[in-house]
Parts: sequence; structure tokens; C-alpha cells
Amino acid sequence: MKPVDPRLLRRARGARVFLAASVLIGIASGLLIVVQAVLLARGIAGMVPVADGGTGVLRGDAGGGEAGGGVLGGGLLGGVLPGEGLPGEELLGGGLAAVALGLGAVVVGRALLVWMQEVVAQRAAAAVKSTLRRQVLEHSLKLGPVWLSGERSSALTTLLTKGLDDLDPYFARYLPQLVLAATVPAGVIGWMATGDLIAAGTVVVTLPLIPIFMALIGWATQAHSRRRQHALSVLAHHFADVVSGLPTLKLFGRAKAQESAVRRVTDKHRVASMSSLRLAFLSSFALELLASISVALVAVGVGLRLVDGKLGLETALMVLILAPEAYLPLRQVGMQFHASADGVAASEEVFRILETPLPERGDRTDVPDLRVSRLQLYDVTVRYPGRDEAALDGFDLDVRPGEVVALTGPSGAGKSTVLAVLLGFVELERGVVVAGGSAADEFEPTVWRRQFGWVPQRPGLRMGTVADNVRLGRPDASDDEVRLALIAAGASELELDKAVGEQGQLLSGGQQRRVALARALITDAPVLLLDEPTAGLDPDAEAAVIAGLRASGRTVLMVAHRPALIAAADRTVTVGTRELVNA
Amino acid sequence: MVAIVAVRAFGVGRGLFRYVERLVGHDAAYRVLGETRAQITGRLERLAPGGLSSQRKGDLLARLVLDVDAVLDLWLRVLLPVAVAAVTATATVVLIALLLPTAGVAVALAVLIACTVVPWLTAKTAARAERKLAGARGEVAASATETLLTAGDIVAFNAIDNVLDSFSTSDSRLAAAERRSAWSAGLGAALLVLCVGGASLAGLVLGSTANITGAVFAVLVLTPLALADVLGGIPAAAQLAIRVRASLDRVQELLDTPEPVTEPETPLPLPHGRDLEVKHLRVGYADHGDVLNELSLDMPAGSRVVITGPSGSGKSTLAAVLLRFLEPRDGEVLLDGVDLAKLEGDQVRSVVGLLTQESHVFDTSIRENLLLAKPGVSDLQLWKALYRARLGIFVETLPDGLDTMVGEHGARLSGGERQRLAFARLLLADRDILVLDEPTEHLDEETGRALLEDLFAAAGHRTVVLLTHRPELVPPHVPRQLVRLT
Repeated sequence: MKPVDPRLLRRARGARVFLAASVLIGIASGLLIVVQAVLLARGIAGMVPVADGGTGVLRGDAGGGEAGGGVLGGGLLGGVLPGEGLPGEELLGGGLAAVALGLGAVVVGRALLVWMQEVVAQRAAAAVKSTLRRQVLEHSLKLGPVWLSGERSSALTTLLTKGLDDLDPYFARYLPQLVLAATVPAGVIGWMATGDLIAAGTVVVTLPLIPIFMALIGWATQAHSRRRQHALSVLAHHFADVVSGLPTLKLFGRAKAQESAVRRVTDKHRVASMSSLRLAFLSSFALELLASISVALVAVGVGLRLVDGKLGLETALMVLILAPEAYLPLRQVGMQFHASADGVAASEEVFRILETPLPERGDRTDVPDLRVSRLQLYDVTVRYPGRDEAALDGFDLDVRPGEVVALTGPSGAGKSTVLAVLLGFVELERGVVVAGGSAADEFEPTVWRRQFGWVPQRPGLRMGTVADNVRLGRPDASDDEVRLALIAAGASELELDKAVGEQGQLLSGGQQRRVALARALITDAPVLLLDEPTAGLDPDAEAAVIAGLRASGRTVLMVAHRPALIAAADRTVTVGTRELVNA
Repeated sequence: MVAIVAVRAFGVGRGLFRYVERLVGHDAAYRVLGETRAQITGRLERLAPGGLSSQRKGDLLARLVLDVDAVLDLWLRVLLPVAVAAVTATATVVLIALLLPTAGVAVALAVLIACTVVPWLTAKTAARAERKLAGARGEVAASATETLLTAGDIVAFNAIDNVLDSFSTSDSRLAAAERRSAWSAGLGAALLVLCVGGASLAGLVLGSTANITGAVFAVLVLTPLALADVLGGIPAAAQLAIRVRASLDRVQELLDTPEPVTEPETPLPLPHGRDLEVKHLRVGYADHGDVLNELSLDMPAGSRVVITGPSGSGKSTLAAVLLRFLEPRDGEVLLDGVDLAKLEGDQVRSVVGLLTQESHVFDTSIRENLLLAKPGVSDLQLWKALYRARLGIFVETLPDGLDTMVGEHGARLSGGERQRLAFARLLLADRDILVLDEPTEHLDEETGRALLEDLFAAAGHRTVVLLTHRPELVPPHVPRQLVRLT
């Protein structure tokens, strides 16, 4: 585990700016801590004359009818500057005032720095999360729907929200603390060395123990944190599955059992979390102990030298006040590291996704016009991960421009896979797709896909209006064009501004399909890839759709089950020979 | 010097105490979390499907996982640190007051400000930003979910940039809300530094005029500084309290969603007869017009009723009423003369089974998916059901057989395979009345016909209510009552 993940700095500009600002704030904080210790030491030493520990002497010395401030000032000065013997009440009073004022200024300064640090950190976290969210989403989309189906969309959603929010403590606490851990001990040890070289040496020797222990502990807990992250996403997935399956569970009288099932799963999560937390807490306890012993070591040395008279009281106090400050930031780095471990794990998951290479595709943009060029598949074989059997095995196809071809075959024979191959969603195990004499994978994917309008088996409609969804096919289409596309798709009854809910809700299954068809028709694509375009339609609507397709004059490759659709095709191609249906 | 050594020793003890406190606190919090999650699930169980359909799925998920997690935050990051701070701060105030009453008052004042003004200020300034944050978070989650679910469509239509831009709109709303809340987060922490520093300063000023020893003076000046550690968690706790409250409010909102069906207080016993009669039925969804009006049907035990009609004519709505997922606005459905409203939903559903066009398949094995219909049955019975649903041979070709995992929403199965698995599950459940809502939707003509053939054959003495827009697939020899909805 590196202290700072360089990928985070590379990927997100916000992180770099933030780190620079943190270093400045950290240096200022270190300075103020030293100044504060010096002032405190001066103030306390002033109350304790070197000769003996009592303040009574002080009071006696000051004597007379002086006001409180003067008396106090005399005492303080007596302690701070015993040998100089400066006379005059005015100066004596000024000593306390200076210490108090100085301390006040330091406190205000530290408060300001704390505030600035927090603001800078939160803003940086917001910017970095936003950058990463967009990058992950973009890369997932570019990796394609097949990769996504394996990756589980709800786990990815959890990563993009809750997972990345775990980066907040990383930015707001861990990174600033890391900077403080570098700047504050340096300042503290440096200043200590000017007063008591031996104490400074003790700190220098014991200080490295803390990061060494921390590294060991961090190394040991990382696996646990990963496991916890995994448990979290399993839990989220289980929830999602249960929630969307509740109606089904209710059907079988099993929904009520879910309450205890959720309790059981969560309990498992609790046990997993507790085992990783126990380790984390124990390690921070160990670090605390280590720091305590180290400070005690310094204190004993200082005490002995003080008794021997080798050290002045003020210097001794200064060293004693500063010593814990040297260990504290390092120790807190450890604590903050644990608090942000989830965020680190989430960011690693993000980088795992971002570093997944995109499928290799060419960059040619001169895709042959499929209005006049043939589209051919030779010996195309596709195997989905985790499946022994090929989804498509040695499939050949030759489509002439303007042809309407129906793909038939039993369910699961690979009809939809043929369409996915043409869209470049799946990697070919064997074979080649050829357009106008060139292999499809030589072309830049977005330019290639512009040749196709697609109606998937389950169209993914988005929140918004019917027109919004149709315009996914061509964003600049006018209202009239959208309306024409809807009419051609047999959906003339749908208003353009009719609301579409999440996942196509508020529309019936048949309406969703027709909106998806309109979306494909409104493109200028010369080839339409349709996966059961008339499923869910009644015969009248079906006839209207078929008429629309024929009228468009485009090349159509469609997965077809229904006789009306098959009859409308110029020819029929049977996909697959896998025998599933007959028992 | 003695004091300093003592403080060190106390430090070790404090570390140990903190270890135990955190361990116990976390364990308790996780237990509460589990209980809350279970309760929420229990509530959702009563709301589904009628009460849930109007909510965005991503939003719902964000609510469940994030908002319920807020319970954890309430315990660990609000209640626990506040309690620890209260105890420690009180002890410190008492100690200092015993040494020097005036300094005690000063420290008490600082603690009071730290425990009242600081959280109040933090909460006050953060409240608005946080409320926006919770909403914006849900929006981003919903937008991300939608984008991932429609990935194929987006990529195929080269709309990645457009979609990402619209995602970025909600995303930057969230980032902006987060930036706003940043200002208040720092404010509380800064005020706290002032309080602690001020207390130390007061110790210095007050102590120097008092008649005390140097050691006591050092305690007066230095002890308040140690409070920084304990009070440090308070602004964060206050800010979090706001977020937690917003989350818990939304959980409450979910809990308060009206149930789509009211269960009778004293349900009647399940009648023996299986005659089903629909009388003057009027049904609609909340805030919308009637979907069905004045519908009357007679479905005697063992009969076959085919109900057809165009998309949106209310076929699925009728199915929901027959399964008691939805309460009629008017009219009644009688089972052997007993109004379904006088029976519990589970009673009704032990008699009436449903196969929909998009049956949910759980992300587990084929075996587990079947067993939920009838726990504890033998593999032999599972295979029988699979063969009757014409899925047996397919499952036999799978290397893992019944233990094959089907993927999220059955993604590793084709549409037809998914449907057959759901059918096998229904056969296994053995219900007397089968409601089939477009069961042949994703099947080809021949398979669809064969499926209905098998289905009607397997139904035997059972009542079959088939809702379809393709009545021509019904085997011709099946005597049936045809009803057309408009």
C-alpha cells in the first residue's frame, strides 16, 4: 500500500491541486504548533521560578500595591528571563500580555487553517469523485453491454455512489494528515534540537517505529478491508435481487421469509465487518501505546537532565509539550488510514475498471455504404464467458443491400447473438464480419455502428418523454420527424410528450417496443437489426409495423418468431441446430 | 513531572478503554442495522408490487442501502462520540473546577460552546446543503443505474457522449451540493479549535493570578488542550446527524407509503370451492383513472378462460386483482362465494398462481429458483417439473445441471429459457387456479403453441385464466370461454 496512490493524482486534477494546498497548510500548521509550544512553555515557566516550585516566592517578589497584571507579569518575566533582570513594571506587564496575545493569535491562526483545510479537502473530494464517476461510467459503456452484464450493474452503481463516497475521509482526513505527518515532526524535531539535542535525538530514533508498525499493520488489514468491500456489494446485490423479486416471492408465499433472510445475510456481513474492525482497532491501540512509551522515554530523559540542572525549565517544558506533537500526526495517519481504507479499496476497484483494456478496433472511418455494399459473416463463432457451449458456432450469412432477412430458430440458438456480433458487442472466437470487402474490426466502432439501427429484445428506455427516447436515434430530429417515425413504427397513438418512467414504466410492453422501433427507424442507418420487433403487438399493429419496414426500403435483419413477420421477409435463415425444445 | 507521567499512564489505559468501546459500539450498531434492514424488507414485502412500481429502482436501492446504513452512522458517528465527549468533558471540568473554580467555569464555558453552539452552527449551515445532498445522491444513483441498464442501447446508437452529459448534469448538482456543505464542515472544527485554545488561554490568565503551585498551573493550561481530541468529533457528528435525519426521514417515508391492499383483521377461512366470480369490477392505480370498469366474469372451477385485448386494456391489472396484489375500487372477486377482500393475500395466493411475461428469476442456482416454490422437494420432482416445462434437456446439457447459476435477473439464460424456468416453478407450486399473463410472449410460434398445449394439459382439473393478445395460439381442442377487453 503506497501512502498516496499515484493513479489518483494522475486521473484527477482536483487531487493534485489539493495536495499542493495541503502541503502549504501543513507547513503553516507545523509552524504554529511550534510557536504555541514555545509560548506555553514560556507562560508556564514564568509561574515556576527556577529555585523552587512554589509561587508564593513570586508573589513576594512582586510585592507592593501593583495591580494583578503587574504582579503576574513580574512573576512571568522572572521565570522567563531570570538572568537579564529587566526593570520596570511596564515591561513586566507586557511579558504576559505578549504571551497571551501571541497564544491568542496562534489559536486563531490554527482555527483558520483547520477551516481552510476542511474546505479545500471537501471540495477536492467532490471534484475527484465527480471525475472518477464519469470516467468509470464512460469506460464501462465503452467496454460494452456484454462486459457490463458480467460485471453486475448494481454492484457498479454501489461503487459509483456509496463506494466513492468512502473517498471523502481519504481526502478530508487521511491525505491532510499525511502531509501533517511529514511537516509537523520535521518542525518539532528541528525546534527541539535547538533546545535539547538529546530529546530531539530520542524522538528521531523512536519516531520511525510508528510508520514501520503502521506499514506492517496496513499490510495485514488490507485484505480484510477488501473482503468487507466485497461483503458490502454482495449485500447490495442481495437487496436489489430481493426487492425486484418480491412480487414473485409473494406469489409463492415466501416473501415474509425474506425478513429473516435479510437478517441472516446482514448478520454475516456484521461478523465479517467486526473481524476486520477488531484488527483495525487493535492496531491503532498498539500505535497509541508505542507513542506513549516513546514520549515517556523523552520525558524521563528530560526530567533527569532537569534535576541535574543541565536543562532550563522553560526548555524542558517546551520539549515536553512538543514531544507528543511529533508522534500525534503520524499516529493519526494510521487512524485516518483505517477510516479511509474503504475509500482506498473503492478507488482501487475504480482503477481496476479503468485499466481494463478496451477491445482492439481499427480506426478506419471509410466504412463502405451498406446501401450498396454486402454484409457478410464467415464462420462466426462466439462463446460467452462461463459457458461451455458456443452461443454461435461457425455461422455464415450473406445479406444483400435492401434485403429483408428473417433469422429463425429455437430460443437460445444464437439469433440475438448474430445481431450483437454485427454491433460489435461481442468478441469473435473465430470468423470474420465483412462489409464491402473489408473486415469490420478495421473500422472505428462509432462510425461502424452508424450503419445500424437496432431494436433489442428488451429495449432499454430512459426516463423522460417518448420523443426523448426516439431522439436517442437522432438527437437533432424535429418533432415532425419523430412523429413520422412513431407512425412508421405503428405507434401513432403515442403523444410525443408522453412520460416514460424508469425502465420504460408507464408504457406497456408493446408500446415500449414500438418506441424502440421508432428510435431505430429515425436513424439514417442503412441496415436495421431487429430482435422480435413485433412481439407484444396485436395483429393490426404488427401489420402496420411490417408495412413501415418494407416502406423504408432499408436492409433488414430481424429475429422473427411470428408467421406474419416471417412471411414479410424476402428469405429466412435458420440459426443454430441446438435441440432444446423437444423433451 | 509526576503529572505528565501520570497522563502517559492514563493514555495507555485510555487506549485500552477506547479499543473496548469501539468494539462494543460497532457490534451493537451492526446489530441494530441488521434489524432495521430486516424491518424495511418486511415493510417492502407488504408494499410490493403495487406500492413500489411508482418509485425509481435506482432510487429505491439507494434508499435501502444508503439510508438504512444511516442507522449505523447514527450509532457510531453521532451517539457514541457525543456520549464519550460528554463523559470526558464533564470529568475534565470537574477536575479543573476543583483546582481553580474560575478556570473551571472558563473550561465549562468552552465545553458548553463546543457541545451546543458548535453543533448548532454546523447543523444550521449544513442542513440545507445536506438535504440537497441526499436528493442529489439518489438522483446520481438512479441516473447511473439507468445508464448501466440501457448500456446496449446507448452504445448501439452512439449516444455515449449525450448520456454522459446528462449524467454529468445530475452529477455536478451533487458535486456542487458537496462543495457547499464543505464550508460548514470546516466552520465547526475551527470554532472548536477556538474553544479549546480559549480554555487553555483562560487557564493561563486566570491561573497566573491565583495562589496555586506551578504543577497545578501547568494542569490548568495544558489539560484543556487535551480536550481537543475528545471534542473533535462533535462537529462531524452534528453534521452527520443532519444527513442521518434526512435519510431516516426518507426511510420513514417508505414505511409510511400506503399499502396497496388492506389485509382483513379477521380473515375468513379459505373456502373449499374453487369457483371464481368477478362482479362489477372497477380498478385503477393511485391518482390515475380506472383501468377496468364494470367487468364481470364467471370462472367456474376447472374452466379455461382466455382474456384478450390490446396492450393497455387492463389484462395485467386484472391479474393483479386476482392475485390480491391490488384492491378493487369497486365490485368484488368471489372465491367460492367469499370476497377475496375478506381473505389474506397469502391465502389467496396459495390457491391462485401467476406466470407473467417477465417472471423474476433470482441470481442463484436453478435449483434454488425452483425450490422457492416448494421448499424441500426432491431433485426428482424438480427434474419432472423442468421436463414438463420443456427445459429438462437444456438443464441436462449444462455442466453444473441444477446447480447452474442463472446470473442477475437470469441474464445467463435466454428469454425463452427464463420463461420456462418460471413455468417449471409454477408447476412445482401446484396452485388450483393458474393466471397466465402473456406466457408465450418471448417464445416463437411453435414453442409457444406447444407450451400452451402442455400448460393446458398439465392444468388438468385446475382453472386456467390466460391473458393474451395472441389467442390464436391456444390449442383448438381446448374448450374455452373467450373474453375481450377493450
